[in-house]
Amino acid sequence: MSQLVVEAAGLLTTVQDFGREGHGVLGVSASGAADAVALRLGNLLLENKAGTPALEMTLTGGTFLFPDGAVICLAGANFGAQVDGKALELWRPHAILPGKRVVFGPTKDFARSYMCVASGIGVAEFLGSASTHLLSGLGGWEGRALRKGDVLPIGRLEKNIRRRRLRAGVLDGLKPGKTLRVTRGPQSDWFLEEARETLVGGQFVVSEESNRMGLRLDGPRLAARGNAEMISEGAPLGSIQVTPSGQAIILFVEQQTTGGYPKIANVIAADLHCVGQLRPRDAIRFEEVSLAEARLLWIERQKLLGSEERLFA
Amino acid sequence: MLVYLGEEIGAAAHERVVRLLRLLQSEPVKWIRNIQPAYCSLLITFDAATVDHAEVRETISGLEKHAKKSPAAKRRLVEVPVCYGGEFGPDLEDVGEQRGLTAEKVVELHIARTYHAYFLGFAPGFAYLGDVAEEIATPRLETPRKEVAAGSVGIAGRQTAIYPFATPGGWRLIGRTPLEIFRKDREPMGLIAIGDQVKFQPITRAEFLAMRPA
Repeated sequence: MSQLVVEAAGLLTTVQDFGREGHGVLGVSASGAADAVALRLGNLLLENKAGTPALEMTLTGGTFLFPDGAVICLAGANFGAQVDGKALELWRPHAILPGKRVVFGPTKDFARSYMCVASGIGVAEFLGSASTHLLSGLGGWEGRALRKGDVLPIGRLEKNIRRRRLRAGVLDGLKPGKTLRVTRGPQSDWFLEEARETLVGGQFVVSEESNRMGLRLDGPRLAARGNAEMISEGAPLGSIQVTPSGQAIILFVEQQTTGGYPKIANVIAADLHCVGQLRPRDAIRFEEVSLAEARLLWIERQKLLGSEERLFA
Repeated sequence: MLVYLGEEIGAAAHERVVRLLRLLQSEPVKWIRNIQPAYCSLLITFDAATVDHAEVRETISGLEKHAKKSPAAKRRLVEVPVCYGGEFGPDLEDVGEQRGLTAEKVVELHIARTYHAYFLGFAPGFAYLGDVAEEIATPRLETPRKEVAAGSVGIAGRQTAIYPFATPGGWRLIGRTPLEIFRKDREPMGLIAIGDQVKFQPITRAEFLAMRPA
């Protein structure tokens, strides 16, 4: 195994793959990459399996030394990565020579940037996934965010990596938007009609208190009809819970698996990667779609992401 | 999709939840990605590229009819030592005040019952236990705490639970256990599983400190 040395960790850098869906009975949420589309494309550009573990950086990236060299691909947000003062373009494989370091800075656009490595990052799996679950200190690299001085094992340098590129236009269709499409939630009837109109008509701002568990939204309050105490139930990824004070919270990848607050709506699967790219203070809007539309959008997305011909030039 | 199997918290609805869960675990349906049981419901996450809502509804309601006839699940008893009040239970006095009881009476009522572990949710190993005596039922905090210590025992309505990790939380905290609720190097990882019976035992601060893992 070759190595990746963390010389500076950045604000919050974790090892992530597609997560460990399917352990709700233990109360374990899936975790996984906040922008699964970026992780998938970054890996596929390296001819890795789509869900190969990679580093997920948040808002500000770190500095990583490759003593033995590596082939990497950057995906997601642009954190102005450089090697020897030269910019590293996103969405294409780069050979990093032995002893060189990749230096990331603060974001220039979105919240999360991924550094995928050819052959992946070697961390032990927990319940079938290498993803870090920060809340419980499970999975990933020692169950925590990376720190200066960590040395991670990575795949050996592949000499014959193809120069794969994305087709023109692919990224335009996948660009993380600030309008999230939602379907009605199971307790949407608990809310006053005005609240439902406010949700789709109003503007919300991502609060500083947002993380991989959930995004708290500042903005208009969403009033429920009464003060009924709800019976806790399973809460899906992307569900929008409303607290008694009327604040909306989008449950995200390290979510609580159940919740006792009513769910007014649910971000559709095809827009979840957009949630992962929201930064604190970003202004967002919601747009309601039907379950059937949400399903069609998801099927179309899966077709695109599953087609090498449509993705790569 | 949320499958509702009752409208109030209780043994009847939960028995249906556990039976359907056991059936789905023993005979897995290939498009089911995750099952999240709760008091009266199962949240079923499915692969929407393979099936639509109508097909999921039809399949699950068929299985539920079948599950109803299956035998009742066995129940295990788990005993949990708790140091009540003081720094470990910052809301104990407040729960008493809200319900016109002394702190001692709140503890007495909390330890008197054997609780049913309805499901695990919120965080890994977090078991929703019920039903708490009506006399000490208190609503969640208006504004959740940003951090609750691991092992904290809280009350929310007629539910009680132990926080496995230091997490945000809105339940009213009445005590803390020195036991580790969830460990990935243990089998099973969670101290409490769905369907278990749970009993709390009061311990002193000194006993708490002595029992806490190094």
